[in-house]
Amino acid sequence: MTARRSNVLTVCMVLLLIYFLLPLFWLFIASTKTVGDLFSSFGLWFADDFSLLSNIRETVTNGGWVFSRWMGNTVFYSVVSAGGAAFLCALGGYGFAKYRFRGNGAMFGLVLGAIMVPTTALAIPTYLLFSKASLVNTPWAIILPSLVSPFGLYLMRIYAQDAVPDGIIEAARIDGAGEFRIFFQVALRMLAPGIVTVLLFTLVATWNNYFLPLIMLNNPDLYPITLGLAQWSSQASAGGGTTGAVLSLVITGSFLSVVPLIAAFLLLQRYWQSGLASGGIKA
Amino acid sequence: MSVNTTDRLGARAPSRSEVRRRGRGVSHARTGYLFVAPFMLVFLGLLVLPLAYAAYLSLFQERLIGGTVFAGLDNYTRALTDPRLLGGMGRVALFFLIQVPIMLAIGLLAALAIDSGLLRAAKTFRLGIFLPYAVPSVVATLMWGYLYGQDFGPFAQLAGKLSLPAPTFLSSDWMLGSIANIVTWEFTGYNMIILYAALRAVPHDLYEAAAVDGAGAIRTAWSIKIPALRPALLVCLIFSVIGSFQLFNEPQLMQRLAPSVIDSAYTPNLYAYTLAFTGQEVNYAAAVSFLLGAVIVVASYAVLFMSTRRSRS
Repeated sequence: MTARRSNVLTVCMVLLLIYFLLPLFWLFIASTKTVGDLFSSFGLWFADDFSLLSNIRETVTNGGWVFSRWMGNTVFYSVVSAGGAAFLCALGGYGFAKYRFRGNGAMFGLVLGAIMVPTTALAIPTYLLFSKASLVNTPWAIILPSLVSPFGLYLMRIYAQDAVPDGIIEAARIDGAGEFRIFFQVALRMLAPGIVTVLLFTLVATWNNYFLPLIMLNNPDLYPITLGLAQWSSQASAGGGTTGAVLSLVITGSFLSVVPLIAAFLLLQRYWQSGLASGGIKA
Repeated sequence: MSVNTTDRLGARAPSRSEVRRRGRGVSHARTGYLFVAPFMLVFLGLLVLPLAYAAYLSLFQERLIGGTVFAGLDNYTRALTDPRLLGGMGRVALFFLIQVPIMLAIGLLAALAIDSGLLRAAKTFRLGIFLPYAVPSVVATLMWGYLYGQDFGPFAQLAGKLSLPAPTFLSSDWMLGSIANIVTWEFTGYNMIILYAALRAVPHDLYEAAAVDGAGAIRTAWSIKIPALRPALLVCLIFSVIGSFQLFNEPQLMQRLAPSVIDSAYTPNLYAYTLAFTGQEVNYAAAVSFLLGAVIVVASYAVLFMSTRRSRS
């Protein structure tokens, strides 16, 4: 392709990029400031005092390391949920794509229809069921509902259709490999970009989930980071004289909580983009 | 991998493996069930069952005398005439009609720009615009809440420097727009990535043919790329229907900043949550959730139906 560049277009896109990155820039700047500077210095530039490290220390250790605990909970919930969901989706998507069986189309259609079921409409009845089963206020209450990803299954089915050629499965069968051995030793590798995509998007969904934990948990020791930050922020906006310190915790905590996911997206971009590219087109 | 197994196990008598294959032809179907069973079980237990349970609960009412009694569709008739629920539904419908076209238009234009080859550093734009998607909506809302704020928000600071009145982003006139801005900020990049991925899959000989016919970048985008994006746009649109109608996090968190502006029925979901957890009206909350789900499914199908009809004509 010839390298004709358009400056007008580039300028427009720079403006757009500024809109999307400025709040994050602000968050970073704000987490380097003392509470006093937050109010007295201009929001979009550093103050004289650079207190990022002391803010981080304060945030991480506050109230008996509770922030660290929330962070650990978030990592645990999202890694287990995303791993489980991606595995179920890979297995199921491959099954729907590569086997003919009675009800294949009907079951897949049912799952496809469920993409439209809003998760928050499900959350209240799930809470009621879980409270009957005494699962409320346990990690299961967060992990189990996050294992279902209809869109992930859809994506994996589309992906498996193209990424794993029937000829290779046939060849492996002729070689005498069992169906599950074929899946684990041959297909799984070919499905990797699709799996990374589902993994990453479920990870984000669980990491960022707020409604479900809000309903399911009332023990702060089990909170994920989203619920913890929301609790701190309501303390900050409700409290009188003690507000300042908590405000700084909310801001620095918010900053710390976005870093891991952004890093994951940047590091894994090659995989999830190719996974989406094959999944996104055939809707 | 396959080469390896062929070396070890291949080249046996073909007749034997033929027989084995045919013998297993039936059991392959059974293996198919085994593959999809784990997903389907979790799906039934955690999606279908709660839905069925919500449907069941919504048919009962808690009465002062007599406890929980079967009420038929009473909860639904109550919901359909509940001004608070209808108000919330109207609000999210308005939100959908204004916010989603803006978000999809920006996402589409950004995807086209990045795909056009006319940009320097296209990859930076792609990742930068997508980045907010990785930010939890709680953090996004808190952050924008501070940015909107009068105390140390940069907009208020700038206005102060210019001796102008600070913009009142959290007033009742502006609130829906302020929330729409947060949602746009969060999800434009996600839509852009889906559209961009779909654009990458458009066969390149179509572009060459268009170029031979003398079409410029804008003409190619309008006549070839946008029609090719129809299915991907549909996916984005349906996700946006789902997202808009179940709006919860942003209004719930903004409520603390502006309690007089956002009441407990600001969105249907906030209403259902309030009913179930502060009002203890579990049955009515189930009916509201169920109705909300039904509205979303109907709206999604309406979108689907309209777009397939338009593409046929």
